[in-house]
Amino acid sequence: MKRLLHKDGTWAFLLLLPNLLGFFIFIMFPVLGTFYISFTDWDMAGDMKWVGLANYKTLFQDDIFRKVLWNTLYYSVVSVPLGIMMSLLLAVFLNQKLKFMRFYRAAFFMPVISSFVAVAVIWQWIYNPDFGLLNYFLSWFGIDGPSWLTSSVWAMPAIILTSVWKNLGYNMLIFLAGLQGISESYYEAADIDGAKWYTKFWHITVPLLSPTTFFVTVTSIIGSFQVFDAVYLMTQGGPARATSVLVHYIYQTAFQYLDIGYASAMAYILFFLVLIVTLIQFARQKKWSMY
Amino acid sequence: MKQHVGFRVASHMVLIIGSAIMLFPFIWTVSTSLKAIHEVFTFPPKLFGEKILWTNYLKVSDRYPFFQFFLNTLKITAITVVCQLVTSSMAGYVFARLRFRARDSLFALYLATIIIPAQVTIIPNFFMMRTYGLIDTHWSLILPGMVSAFGTFLMRQFFLTIPAALEEAAKIDGCNPFGIYWRIFVPLSKPAMATLGIFICIGVWNDFYNPLIFLNTTEKMTLTLGLATMQGLYSTDWPVLMAGTTISIAPIIILFLLAQDLFVRGVTLSGLKGE
Repeated sequence: MKRLLHKDGTWAFLLLLPNLLGFFIFIMFPVLGTFYISFTDWDMAGDMKWVGLANYKTLFQDDIFRKVLWNTLYYSVVSVPLGIMMSLLLAVFLNQKLKFMRFYRAAFFMPVISSFVAVAVIWQWIYNPDFGLLNYFLSWFGIDGPSWLTSSVWAMPAIILTSVWKNLGYNMLIFLAGLQGISESYYEAADIDGAKWYTKFWHITVPLLSPTTFFVTVTSIIGSFQVFDAVYLMTQGGPARATSVLVHYIYQTAFQYLDIGYASAMAYILFFLVLIVTLIQFARQKKWSMY
Repeated sequence: MKQHVGFRVASHMVLIIGSAIMLFPFIWTVSTSLKAIHEVFTFPPKLFGEKILWTNYLKVSDRYPFFQFFLNTLKITAITVVCQLVTSSMAGYVFARLRFRARDSLFALYLATIIIPAQVTIIPNFFMMRTYGLIDTHWSLILPGMVSAFGTFLMRQFFLTIPAALEEAAKIDGCNPFGIYWRIFVPLSKPAMATLGIFICIGVWNDFYNPLIFLNTTEKMTLTLGLATMQGLYSTDWPVLMAGTTISIAPIIILFLLAQDLFVRGVTLSGLKGE
């Protein structure tokens, strides 16, 4: 016991205590709790009934679950590449000694720091079929715009567009930091060889930026799996679940239908998906450490 | 990179158009918040109404306790920022500098939880809050926010960069680890703490998911939940809704404009954790 209370150890324990308490009560315990609950049938009021793998088996036959997984994938597959390409492009343009640099950076960062609630109010108005800006803009070109958020075809693209608009500045800044980490000397050497700008972009920028690109891709994918605010605030998952995503369904199952066991099983499926993407990142990081 | 003049001009054009697309919805929000309601529905839309109506801002607080939402959000954000900075910096110091058994495995456990989605922890947290009668109180938002694995990680990474020589002298003078933390590490980590503080601040101020789940009573709502609820009730009164929107985002935008460089560093730091 005395050896345990070695000077450093005691202080370490005391300084760590508040953090440890919070960590175990609000993170570790709930993580294990949800795992246990996912094997039960529970409505949060009565007793928990152990049902083994029943919740996970039900998931495979649940049409709504299949639908929300598909919608989440749709959101992910479109919004991630679109967001990455646009933010990389902007970062390349910003990576010069430009006038108004701070202004541009601030402009692109405004949506990032705004709450999705505010952004959703604004964009619902932009998407309004009768007096919204988007359809007015389209009318200049003789296009009769759809009723964006109530159309089962256009609601998801509209949500994706808003999300990409909101998150663009964040990835742009990370790319910018990555670009600024690339040594000038590579470009100078290429200039001596008379390389064209696209050659330099393709053979210097892209490969040397690949760790950043990979990081942005992984965090964007993880983020896209957890999209909720955009959907909940703009369409409530509608029309007819056309935009209902995984986290939206988990929220409904847990806090509206009070099917806690089933919701916990879905939460663990989400956890599992995020874990896979993260493990891929770890594996690739080792490979890329040569840069 | 050496750039041609043409590239510069093209860059400015792309960035100006891009900035306009980013800023225009905000400008339109503010202008709509100053319009009379019938002017919103005119087609084609006009940027400015005939008169500037400040009264929409008064209407917001007549219909909805917006000032109360503001105070609630401010209170929850301030307490969370202070608590998380204290717990993160103390634990970050311990993980960076003190030696004890199982330190590295404990830290690995912290790291592993950073990626865990909120949905995985929220159900037992909700149950705990209900058991202790904390649902629909601000404690249900403040307590789980007091500790973050990411904040602990960030502070540890920063403390690792502080040279050991600085604390050797203090050790010889008989300073205990808390004294070293308080007199050497805390003063040196002001930039890191400001960065982390701003991160926590935006996260809590803009949080919608947790208030949605934990709060019910109107008077206790945060700005985000209050605005969303108001939108459900007055979905067609756009000027008043836009006035509420403006009130809810203005503080964060002002904070951002005052501390742009800290924000930028924060994002860069969080980006670097993947490398």
